[in-house]
Amino acid sequence: MNAFNDTLSRVLYIDVKNKKFWVTERKDLFDKYIGGAGVAIKLLQEECPSGADPLSPENPIIFAVGPLVGAFPLASKTVAMFKSPHTGDLGESHAGGRSAVAIRLAGYGAIVIKNASDMPIYVAIHGNKVFFRDATTLWGMGSSLTAARVMREREIGTGYRSIMRIGKAGENMVSYASVTVETYRHFGRLGLGAVFGSKKLKGIIISGKQTLQVTNKKTYKDLYDRIYKEAVNSQVMKKYHDIGTPINILNLNNLEALPTRNLKQATFEYAEKISGENIAQNYLGKRVACAHCPTACIHLANLREQYSDSPYFYKTTFVGYDFELLYALGSMLGIEKPEDIFMLIEEVEKFCMDAMSSGVVLAWATEMFEKKLITENETDGLNPEWNNTKTYIAMLSKIVNPPNAFYKAMAKGVSHAAEIYGGKEFALAFNKNEMPGYHTGPAAHLGFLIGARHSHLCNAGYSLDQSLLLTQDVAPETIIDKLIDEEAFRQILSSIVVCFFARGIYNLDLISQLLATMNINYNTDDLKRIGKEIHAEKYRFKCREGFSFDKLEIPGRLFETPEPTQKINKEFMRAALNYAKEKIKCQ
Amino acid sequence: MSKLSVIDNKRCVGCQSCMFACSRRDGNAGLSNSCIGVKSASGIEGDLTVVVCRACADPPCAKVCPTNALIPKKGGGVRLQKTKCIGCKLCQQTCVIDAVFWNKEENKPVICIQCGYCVGYCPHQVIKLLK
Ligand code: SF4
Ligand code: SF4
Repeated sequence: MNAFNDTLSRVLYIDVKNKKFWVTERKDLFDKYIGGAGVAIKLLQEECPSGADPLSPENPIIFAVGPLVGAFPLASKTVAMFKSPHTGDLGESHAGGRSAVAIRLAGYGAIVIKNASDMPIYVAIHGNKVFFRDATTLWGMGSSLTAARVMREREIGTGYRSIMRIGKAGENMVSYASVTVETYRHFGRLGLGAVFGSKKLKGIIISGKQTLQVTNKKTYKDLYDRIYKEAVNSQVMKKYHDIGTPINILNLNNLEALPTRNLKQATFEYAEKISGENIAQNYLGKRVACAHCPTACIHLANLREQYSDSPYFYKTTFVGYDFELLYALGSMLGIEKPEDIFMLIEEVEKFCMDAMSSGVVLAWATEMFEKKLITENETDGLNPEWNNTKTYIAMLSKIVNPPNAFYKAMAKGVSHAAEIYGGKEFALAFNKNEMPGYHTGPAAHLGFLIGARHSHLCNAGYSLDQSLLLTQDVAPETIIDKLIDEEAFRQILSSIVVCFFARGIYNLDLISQLLATMNINYNTDDLKRIGKEIHAEKYRFKCREGFSFDKLEIPGRLFETPEPTQKINKEFMRAALNYAKEKIKCQ
Repeated sequence: MSKLSVIDNKRCVGCQSCMFACSRRDGNAGLSNSCIGVKSASGIEGDLTVVVCRACADPPCAKVCPTNALIPKKGGGVRLQKTKCIGCKLCQQTCVIDAVFWNKEENKPVICIQCGYCVGYCPHQVIKLLK
């Protein structure tokens, strides 16, 4: 047993101020919390002093991967944790690309970035060595693609590496700036990009390709084949490959649950046009995959744009799209043409800012202008209106380089802006994080409200709405119990770390067998217990940083725009939140 | 003899399943033993390149090996005699398509033996074993 050699428990600490790095063996954490989200939350508790300003050098950045990464298909995600500059609460964001495999095969289970650099740098991690490169020349560049290209061309490890970088939004510390990985994947939500920016950290490149030992070669290969076959034959995974998540545009529109024009409506007259089906047929250029994922759910559309100064002068770009983008930069803004959505996506990609938050902020501003609660004084001469792509593009640019106080406020998110300028009833955010595209019923919204990272991805809310609430009366308490159970299970997925899309394949029994091949022995009960513990540890951090169920606000708009279950009302939501408060208990 | 061939690199999604498969031939996980390479020369936004050994009839890698550790095979390609290899990397530098991969842990080259194991794991029919 002792001869078993795994590098998972090695944590790489990088001090970007003093340009130092060291590795510490943290078997204590990995044995207890598996890896990924479990280990990341413990490292965050250790490294982030209570009450830290998220944009100060005190706020650490934690990346963690899990034991199954590099060994099994679909184990392709890295978990990032930090204190969120967007919410002041727990910041957790997951991304794929090649990041997870590269970190694991470079010989680490986690990376902790400490302090802040006094000049722009990027960090290159090649196996056991860490290099601090001067990134002064990359700082302030218009497009983050250029910075990525420079890193790609100057560094070794092609084919075995991951490149993370921020854009101008991160440099200027827009609170919902993202970190882009391999051009089409993102640590999107909650402002990791701004934390990078506050550390003058332009990017990270990491490469590695080591061997990972297994306990039994035959069992390993057999289990691998079983998962691989399921992954390529399963109907669910095929759905993610064929049309991808944008299949939800029509699904939700038919349900009357697709947030449209700042959720003034839940159906969109142009849903057909911006649907996954239509885009796949007329714009899909190609698909790509995260490392070690045969599914390839990343859909890239071909955007052909004409230059206005010359009749036969075009540029063609690949633009990544998925459901959340088509919602936030599409239906939410009343955008009718796929090309226009792609242009907006291109813009947020260039600056590296979260598409969902950006869309919701713009939608709120549009309604504010429509209701004459703000004027051209605030908008700096622009007239935001639904479906006006040009104006939205100009506004995104102003959010990143604010000419006045209004755009400065928008750069801190919709809750912050509404606090100052009004329109709180239609500022669509939950615990300050802008809403995702599901107005399916109470469970979805409760999931955003009580989920440890206030994201749709950690809970089963929208599927509970459809599978349960649409047809039956269910007590608010039952919904909360189910949401918390599912979230505890997903802590395991994000600790081993596999993609949530594979949750149908990776059940607890299988996970236990897979871990055994990596010399980690937990039965399904152990796993259930650990899932709950990780969930509790996240809440421990949240409560420490001032989270309170009593402070959660529900935007009034949710009660006005009908949703399919017709069960959202103030009593239901309050009862549910009171029960959640009892059950989770902040101490 | 059969030869591993890239049928259509434009179908490649960059999942690296083939690389993991090749490395898994010896039963372990990870990537150090892979002798097939998938890379994006100009970022994921560009085309992916799938690098496989062409099993040359008169292999340049064998010609430069100072210890004759690479033995040309009938029908093309080479076989590595590990005990003879001194890890000088000359073979790697000579292969113009970069099909000689390097196992850092052993400090020895890994070169495709045209076994076809990877083909079974490419979900998109990019590679094939051709007679
Ligand atoms: S044919 Fe065999 S040795 Fe060659 S790349 Fe494929 S798996 Fe590796
Ligand atoms: S398995 Fe096929 S699709 Fe995946 S990287 Fe290899 S060649 Fe490309």
